[in-house]
Amino acid sequence: MSENDESQAQREAIEVDRTKGDFKYAEDYAFDAGIGLNPQVIDYISKVKGEDPWILEFRQKALKIFNDLPMPTHWATQDLDSIKFDSIRYYLAKGQKPVRTWEEVPEDVKETFERLGIPESERKFLAGVEAQFDSEAVYSRMKDELEKQGVIFCGPTEGLRDHPDIFRKWFGKVIPAGDNKFAALNSAVFSGGSFIYVPKGVKVAQPLQAYFRINAENFGQFERTLIIADEGSEVTYMEGCTAPKFETATLHSAVVELVALKGAKIQYITVQNWSANVFNLVTKRGVAEEDAEVRWIDCNIGSRLTMKYPGVVLRGKRARGEVLSIALANDGQHQDTGAKMIHAADETSSNIIAKSISVGAGRSTYRGLVHMPKTLKNCKNNTECDALLINEHSRTDTYPAISVRGQKNSVQHEASVSKVSAEQIFYMMQRGLSEGEAMSLAVNGFVNDLVKEFPMEYSVELKRLIELQMEGSVG
Amino acid sequence: MADSLIIKNLNASIGDRQILKNFSLTIPKGEVHAIMGPNGTGKSTLAKVLAGHPDYTVQSGEATLDGQPILGQEPDSIARAGLFLAFQYPSEIPGVTIANFIRAALIARQEKGAPFDAKAYYAELYAKMDALKMDRKFTSRFVNEGFSGGEKKRCEILQMMMLKPKYAVLDETDSGLDIDALRIVSEGVNHMRGPSIGCLVITHYQRLLEYIVPDRVHIMYDGHIVHSGGKELAVELEAKGYDWVKKELASA
Repeated sequence: MSENDESQAQREAIEVDRTKGDFKYAEDYAFDAGIGLNPQVIDYISKVKGEDPWILEFRQKALKIFNDLPMPTHWATQDLDSIKFDSIRYYLAKGQKPVRTWEEVPEDVKETFERLGIPESERKFLAGVEAQFDSEAVYSRMKDELEKQGVIFCGPTEGLRDHPDIFRKWFGKVIPAGDNKFAALNSAVFSGGSFIYVPKGVKVAQPLQAYFRINAENFGQFERTLIIADEGSEVTYMEGCTAPKFETATLHSAVVELVALKGAKIQYITVQNWSANVFNLVTKRGVAEEDAEVRWIDCNIGSRLTMKYPGVVLRGKRARGEVLSIALANDGQHQDTGAKMIHAADETSSNIIAKSISVGAGRSTYRGLVHMPKTLKNCKNNTECDALLINEHSRTDTYPAISVRGQKNSVQHEASVSKVSAEQIFYMMQRGLSEGEAMSLAVNGFVNDLVKEFPMEYSVELKRLIELQMEGSVG
Repeated sequence: MADSLIIKNLNASIGDRQILKNFSLTIPKGEVHAIMGPNGTGKSTLAKVLAGHPDYTVQSGEATLDGQPILGQEPDSIARAGLFLAFQYPSEIPGVTIANFIRAALIARQEKGAPFDAKAYYAELYAKMDALKMDRKFTSRFVNEGFSGGEKKRCEILQMMMLKPKYAVLDETDSGLDIDALRIVSEGVNHMRGPSIGCLVITHYQRLLEYIVPDRVHIMYDGHIVHSGGKELAVELEAKGYDWVKKELASA
């Protein structure tokens, strides 16, 4: 086999199977904010949603911030300059209101989600599901007993309108509009997402789940999620994301804020499988009060560029924060991911385990921030970042920033880069595995210790996604 | 002779180094053959070329497995056709347990989507591990990671016993083994011996052949077989040394 044939075979072996998400339906939208971004677009979105004046004001201020902030290309990739904000559509909806029975969902939307296997998974193990099609939720349902216990699971429009006393207090507080350019953009045009409140002491045993689906070309999806776990409560939230394959770039820019009050636990799981044209620029941060725990499990597969650094502000004593992340960068993709741990109280602890896989000409970057000021004591952080390269052309970079002062604080940092060697592949193939199966096994082995931390259902799903990625067109 | 591994006039190279030169050998099913020879004579190359290693170029010749040509096939097709190579230096596969690895190899041999009988699989795996005196805890260790030389070779034999090949090539399986490990590994091979498998044992030393007694012994030098005989040839070679091969057999 010549070298060219070999790299061709390798590309085929790892070609992404997007057939599951790569289909789209007619774009007949009743509500369309048009193309481009200006104050009138913001007015339109706010009016369609029937929002209170303070929300419109919040949006308009955020738009100014967005326009004033420079693109962060001084530290991030120049590829951000390829986003043409003037040719994006910022709000598209069919005038849908989230319905509670699957039968009421419009046929084409229903078919979309059926093809993605969504109502099917709900029947199996979920406590509640919300499905978002472009800008608005089309379906939202939660088990009755949770509703009786006072759990709220809705979108931001409904949350701010029906439960202002609960959500307004925290909305935009964990991640203010001025946090970064894309948080500002989201604050200006946000639509859809989840608002969740779990009352004191309520432990939601099964996960709540949301699906985000981009259907329209040149569209930006800007969902906004806020989860508040009141004292001593527990909740797991899972989001899945897909989009069909478009020729032009599509933007997904979400903001996710988590608030874990005293002794509460929030686990937030993302399994995204964006198609290769999506710019995925997401800001995620949680606050953990005394004895609370915030855990991000973040699996980034697909997209053209993902920039995402989930963070935890450890604000109360003994608060714990954790980020477990897996990023897979295939040909033409850049996964720029990492984690931030801001220690702001004594005896807080944080753990970061980041694993990245670069395939073909794929590129992965880890950026980490761990901050422990000198006023604190007995804080701990553990950071591990491991990179796996599948061939010569892939690339990985690590930028850890750790600032630790003060007494009795401890930090551990480990990083490794390994490669799947031709000998390993030959060894596995000699046992009868195809090249794709061999690579998939090596990748699954690499992420194995992390995947064990996931709830069972998601580890199975992730393994399947990795297999799809690695096997691709190889029969 | 359809029920044989037949290698005819095989010429193979790596880079611009010619290694196999008109190599021919026939191993009938049910027999154990040994290839002995000095270092650098092409023994391990033979094993890798048969298994389809991409680094080697085959210029001419043929190799058939029960009549089925294997040269030029992908390594996984050759493996599924029934050729097993016990590696001299098996690769580590971090994060993949032995149990999952062998299971994946067995599933690769099944029809796509066919159900896998996990209960029967573990029963068989444990029985074979007992035979190789391997601790049950071994199933959850990662393939070859942190293994001693003896553990690696036992793991190779375990895979061979589970995958049940038609032909097995054991490349320097005795290297890095102490006497106890050598005995256990040999017992594993002897346990598999029978009418349904042909074995090619590659070794530098006669020691291994005291435990795995071959039907035929071949002496390889400079890329081809220069002398063949019964099991007593190994003893003769041990006594006379490889200089005998170089001086007398190679020039013959």
